[in-house]
Amino acid sequence: MDNRAGRRLVAGIPLLWLLLFFLVPFIIVFKISFSEVRLAMPPYAPLFQWLHGLPHPQLNLGNYAFLFTDRLYISSYLYSLKVASVSTFCCLLIGYPMAYAIAHAGPTWRNVLLMMIVLPFWTSFLLRVYAWIGLLKNNGVINNTLVYFGLIHEPLPLLQTDFAVYIGIVYSYLPFMILPLYANLEKHDNTLLEAAADLGAHPVTAFLRITLPQSVAGILAGSLLVFIPAVGEYVVPSLLGRSDQLMIGRVLSDEFFENRDWPVASAVAILILLALVIPIMLFQHYQRRELEAQK
Amino acid sequence: MKSSRGVFSRTALVFGLVFLYVPILSMVIFSFNNSRLVTVWDAAHSPTLKWYAALMSNGQIMGAAWLSIRIALISATGAVILGTLTGVTLARFGPFRGRTLLTGMTTAPIVMPEVITGLSLLLMFVSLEQLIGWPKGSGALTITLSHITFCMAYVTVVVQSRLVGFDESLEEAAMDLGARPVKVFFRITLPLIVPAILSGWLLAFTLSWDDLVITQFVAGPGSSTLPMVIFSKVRLGVSPDVNALATIMVTVVALGIAASAIWMRYQNRRRERDEQLAAAANL
Repeated sequence: MDNRAGRRLVAGIPLLWLLLFFLVPFIIVFKISFSEVRLAMPPYAPLFQWLHGLPHPQLNLGNYAFLFTDRLYISSYLYSLKVASVSTFCCLLIGYPMAYAIAHAGPTWRNVLLMMIVLPFWTSFLLRVYAWIGLLKNNGVINNTLVYFGLIHEPLPLLQTDFAVYIGIVYSYLPFMILPLYANLEKHDNTLLEAAADLGAHPVTAFLRITLPQSVAGILAGSLLVFIPAVGEYVVPSLLGRSDQLMIGRVLSDEFFENRDWPVASAVAILILLALVIPIMLFQHYQRRELEAQK
Repeated sequence: MKSSRGVFSRTALVFGLVFLYVPILSMVIFSFNNSRLVTVWDAAHSPTLKWYAALMSNGQIMGAAWLSIRIALISATGAVILGTLTGVTLARFGPFRGRTLLTGMTTAPIVMPEVITGLSLLLMFVSLEQLIGWPKGSGALTITLSHITFCMAYVTVVVQSRLVGFDESLEEAAMDLGARPVKVFFRITLPLIVPAILSGWLLAFTLSWDDLVITQFVAGPGSSTLPMVIFSKVRLGVSPDVNALATIMVTVVALGIAASAIWMRYQNRRRERDEQLAAAANL
């Protein structure tokens, strides 16, 4: 009796907290995305009006219709998906060999290397993105070095380009790609590779036929951990990106802070979530399997 | 043939690490540069500590840093309490109604784009204030509540994976011997997960200290945290005192990591010695 009440308390406190501060907020965003904007505080019309004692819904799809008629939203939505996909792919290309090398290092080195991968994560994300302004700008470190060695005469425009955004996102999220990949690769059984080598398989063939298929779960987890936050990324494009092509996270924030149009901002949020529902569910599925495998 | 693959991946690793550390190093180096242009080295007058002095006398940055520290201390502690409860629930309670919901609500915040979390929390606070008159406006309180919420997810994952790694036999034995659940938790479970709780607290502190996007939504006009002040400064371009600030933060983190590495090595040695003593005593 006492036991069950205690358990209910232990599970109940975080459950209530998350309901109030995580689930309910989403329901509110969903609700407001169907409201009409008005000049008041808060700046949206109530969804239900009471007429003759009965609730009378004021559902309007105007905000969503608006998003699909204005080119700005569609183009920044597609642009965000493109940036996130390219960055994820680059993270995978850079992160996979790194994770592979760490998984094949000796036990002492392995811990040191992992520490070195995680260490930047503990220092400020904002400041690490900021560091790239100093490297990429016109009289920044990279351009100065290239000019000094006479490789170029005019500084290359690096800052405020798509390239700068890719660099910023890959740089910030690379540890998220490496860690799940490492966790996966480290568990691989090397005898399979040895057997393949004994049977005369070329190392590249062995890698493609054995290591790669076994690491699909790690690739998936790492890619989702990079792709999902990258779609809504705000800081990197604000500091390094173009001013003529916004990402969707910036559009949301501008709608909210500059235009004070809360309903449209909410509709944008719902639209971003729609693109991410499947990736997020995939990630949860993977997370659950990982924890079960640990048992 | 086999080593060629090793050479390739090792080269990639070296380049990757250079990629990770060059930007941080460049901030550190240029924080000692005399020139206002930041990335143009003024060899005649450098190195200098003048940007550190400028930083210390910058009341806005110092005030924001103090606010961020207080918020991070409270948020990390709150997140550890709630995250530990969640971790224990998910790792030990088996199936119960609401379990799937709880699992979903703990992993989702980790990957959720920050603009969405920030927007939804603010809209919730506004609705709540309309409904019951609390919380009064946005400020340190709403920031802290939001930080606790997104940090607890990380603590949960750390605590849960530590608990899943341990088998339950010790706890079951204590129960069989008649210990009450609360006593079992404080005498057995808690000591087992102390390392996870500590690293969860540090992780939560760092995340709260560092957060910009969610904070911007829920902060309100009066309360600017350190990341907000830095962001509005660096939006206009590089700024030498921000480099000084970055150097200080990198140094603190490096010292912290070194200290924890030494402590872990000491703990391992002590455990090995105890095991050897125990083995010797058995002979």
